[in-house]
Amino acid sequence: MTGSIAIIGYGLACIGPGIGIGLIFAALLNGIARQPEAAGLLRPQAIFGFAVAEALAILGFVLFFLAR
Amino acid sequence: MSFTAALALAPSFATEDGGSFEPPAPAEFYQPVGTLLGVEITRSMVLALVAFVILAVWLLSTTRKAAVVPSKAQWMTEQIYDFVRNGISRDMIGSKDFMRFTPLLFALFVFILLSNLFGSLPLANFPIMSRIGFPMALVLIVYVIYHAVGIQKHGLGGYFKSMVPPGLPKAMVPMIFILELSTFFLVRPLTLCLRLFGNMFAGHMLMGVFILGSTYMMLSGSIGLMAASVGGWVMTFLMQLLEFLIQAIQAYVFTMLAASYFGGAVADEH
Repeated sequence: MTGSIAIIGYGLACIGPGIGIGLIFAALLNGIARQPEAAGLLRPQAIFGFAVAEALAILGFVLFFLAR
Repeated sequence: MSFTAALALAPSFATEDGGSFEPPAPAEFYQPVGTLLGVEITRSMVLALVAFVILAVWLLSTTRKAAVVPSKAQWMTEQIYDFVRNGISRDMIGSKDFMRFTPLLFALFVFILLSNLFGSLPLANFPIMSRIGFPMALVLIVYVIYHAVGIQKHGLGGYFKSMVPPGLPKAMVPMIFILELSTFFLVRPLTLCLRLFGNMFAGHMLMGVFILGSTYMMLSGSIGLMAASVGGWVMTFLMQLLEFLIQAIQAYVFTMLAASYFGGAVADEH
């Protein structure tokens, strides 16, 4: 069996952003459930947070290709 | 990306029957189609030109005879413009300065959206932004503009001063300043560029893996693998739906982040 250990490393690195993005949308759903009329206000902020959390996974993705 | 389109339009993705499974490699995103005046033309460049022509024709034809009671096409254009103007630009920049930036943001949004959708549309079947030069060029525009408007607003010294929020303890100021400086000059353009590139590149490659893997299993000749390929095709379909969602969200996120950088640069003192 051959391959690059970097693949496993990238998989592990995705756990963090994955949990982070989950928390962000969980908080968004919580917020909308508590105050449905605030949904329009909350959603851009949530996607903003999602983009920032996702950047970490993307950086890992690039480093994965650098490490190959 | 349908199966026949994948085989017909991305010949480098096709498998050889009987051989072992070869997953798509990053090198397959480099697809030169010829040279023009000594400059190599790639598939991305041709598609970017096509996207430009489509957008120009669409926008000109729907806004040329703009009427108070809009036609269906004009109504659709207005809805998309309204989404960018009110949903992104005004929300992020504030109602004072947003009209200066709205045309740029609208152009960015429709161009990125169409070029991302090209990754899944038959005939095009290649996301323009999966070649890093294209997101780089877009980010360069955003990068220059948000620094320029920030310096225009605050003055050169005031711009650097505005990076540090007021009211910090004296000892914290140098540390926060260095952190903010790297955010403004390195992290923002880097993440903005890599996010768009990484998503389009990884998404297209993932679709390649799913389609090639399913095709390979389907043509393998062994009953077990052929049965498993049904699950593979179902997953391919579901991943394709997710891919459409990601393509739209990435266009939205890019435009929104650009708007928030502009908004931060023109904001008054905290």
